[in-house]
Amino acid sequence: MEIVTLSLRVSGTALLFSTVIGIPLGVGLGLSRFLGRRLVIALLYTGMGFPPVVVGLFVYLMLSRSGPLGGLHSPLIPALFTPAAMVVAQCIIAFPLVAGFTMAAVMGVDPQLRQQVLSLGATRRQAALTVLMEARVGVVVSIIAGFGSIISEVGAVMMVGGNIEHRTRVLTTAIVLETRKGTFDLAIALSVVLLALSFLTNVLMLRLQGRTFDE
Amino acid sequence: MSRQVAILLILVLWLSSALSGCVALPALAPEQTAASPTTAAKPMPVPPAQAPAAGELILATTTSTQDSGLLDVILPDFEKEFGVKVNVIAVGTGQAIKLGEDGNADVLLVHARAKEDAFMVAGHGTRREDVMYNDFVIVGPQSDPAGIKGMTDAPAALKKIADARAPFISRGDDSGTHTKEKSIWQAAGVEPVGDWYISAGQGMGAVLTMANEQLAYTLSDRATYLARTLEGTDLVIVTEGDPLLFNPYGVIAVNPAKGPQIKADLANTFIDWLISLPTQEKIAQFGVDNFGAPLFTPDSALWRAAHPQ
Repeated sequence: MEIVTLSLRVSGTALLFSTVIGIPLGVGLGLSRFLGRRLVIALLYTGMGFPPVVVGLFVYLMLSRSGPLGGLHSPLIPALFTPAAMVVAQCIIAFPLVAGFTMAAVMGVDPQLRQQVLSLGATRRQAALTVLMEARVGVVVSIIAGFGSIISEVGAVMMVGGNIEHRTRVLTTAIVLETRKGTFDLAIALSVVLLALSFLTNVLMLRLQGRTFDE
Repeated sequence: MSRQVAILLILVLWLSSALSGCVALPALAPEQTAASPTTAAKPMPVPPAQAPAAGELILATTTSTQDSGLLDVILPDFEKEFGVKVNVIAVGTGQAIKLGEDGNADVLLVHARAKEDAFMVAGHGTRREDVMYNDFVIVGPQSDPAGIKGMTDAPAALKKIADARAPFISRGDDSGTHTKEKSIWQAAGVEPVGDWYISAGQGMGAVLTMANEQLAYTLSDRATYLARTLEGTDLVIVTEGDPLLFNPYGVIAVNPAKGPQIKADLANTFIDWLISLPTQEKIAQFGVDNFGAPLFTPDSALWRAAHPQ
């Protein structure tokens, strides 16, 4: 049970940060035109396909005792093998997905809507919010995609979290461990919990947009 | 809009059913094996129709043989000589033995004598041979907060670590090393619990990395630790030489009664080769170039006969 709670806490926190970073970034990229936008988008798309283990390795090396950030011993930098370090890794995995899908959703909204709102005297901020509201289905999908990518992720959390009992063991790493131990019954039970969790979360998020979907 | 919902739902359902289909497979396996011990006792010939056409052998072994680099050195000889591809699955001893029980491997190379014997008694294996041994060492940070450097009494050393509440990282994965560690705690009469006792649930390589990072103590097989010193580690050997730290490896052929996929002939060929004098000699030489000392000591019956002490 503690494993489930920790899974939700880590991935939930990571998702929160990813959403806070990803949605404004996606809206910005979707609506504005600036020099180097294509490059940023190309980088973002690359980020959407980042292999989690590579992210894990990167965060690991950064936070390691001999790494550039870990060597600072600053209280602001999370230590390796803590839930905070896992949140950092999962944020890096999830935020490009949130930003990318949000951007696509925003770009799919009729550009005339924004022009109209602007001509009616809305500020750029208000106009962006209007477009975001119009694209909310796509935005929810972006959040679901972000959550799905990290709740089921094992490579990065194993490397950065360390799968420590009572401390950084989450559902996915526990499944790997039980499989290694040969206790398949427990591994299967944990898998079912993970699947149910993932399914319930998605249903919940869809319900949040229930009205829109029923139109 | 509603079409999107439908597609999403279908995707979610399809994914979850596909995934649950995957995890359901191993669930069946234990039941199959549960039935097999009764038939396993009598040796069953491999059906001729199932004679291995392509030479592939699945070797389930512990992470230490892989992480230390031993297999990379000796296996190519076997593959060349017999035209066989050896697929190595390096896992904890617990899983390696389970792979054998479920008929998912042809040969096991593991180190947990009690579990090996139980495996043979249950009829999961047809043949077990001694291969080699190495030993375990307690490694820790140079600062040695528990003050155990130079000790040769492993239980006493662990007791001092526990008394000092110095961080100790346990494999915590039911592997041979973990089994050994638990037996030493038991010998020390200490129940390791508390913040200082970290159960990592990972392989030896990962645990050594973690101990180095956290400046903690851990129990490691000597081979994996020495291989790690090449890449640079701050960990040093603090306790060694206790007879309790002795670590024998055995090779086991999985009972072909487990299914037509088990390549019993190849497995026997592999075991014959592994315990033969030339291979044993190669094991004795492994690591000498890099570390100035062998990582494993050959210990097959043939070797013992050829090198009486």
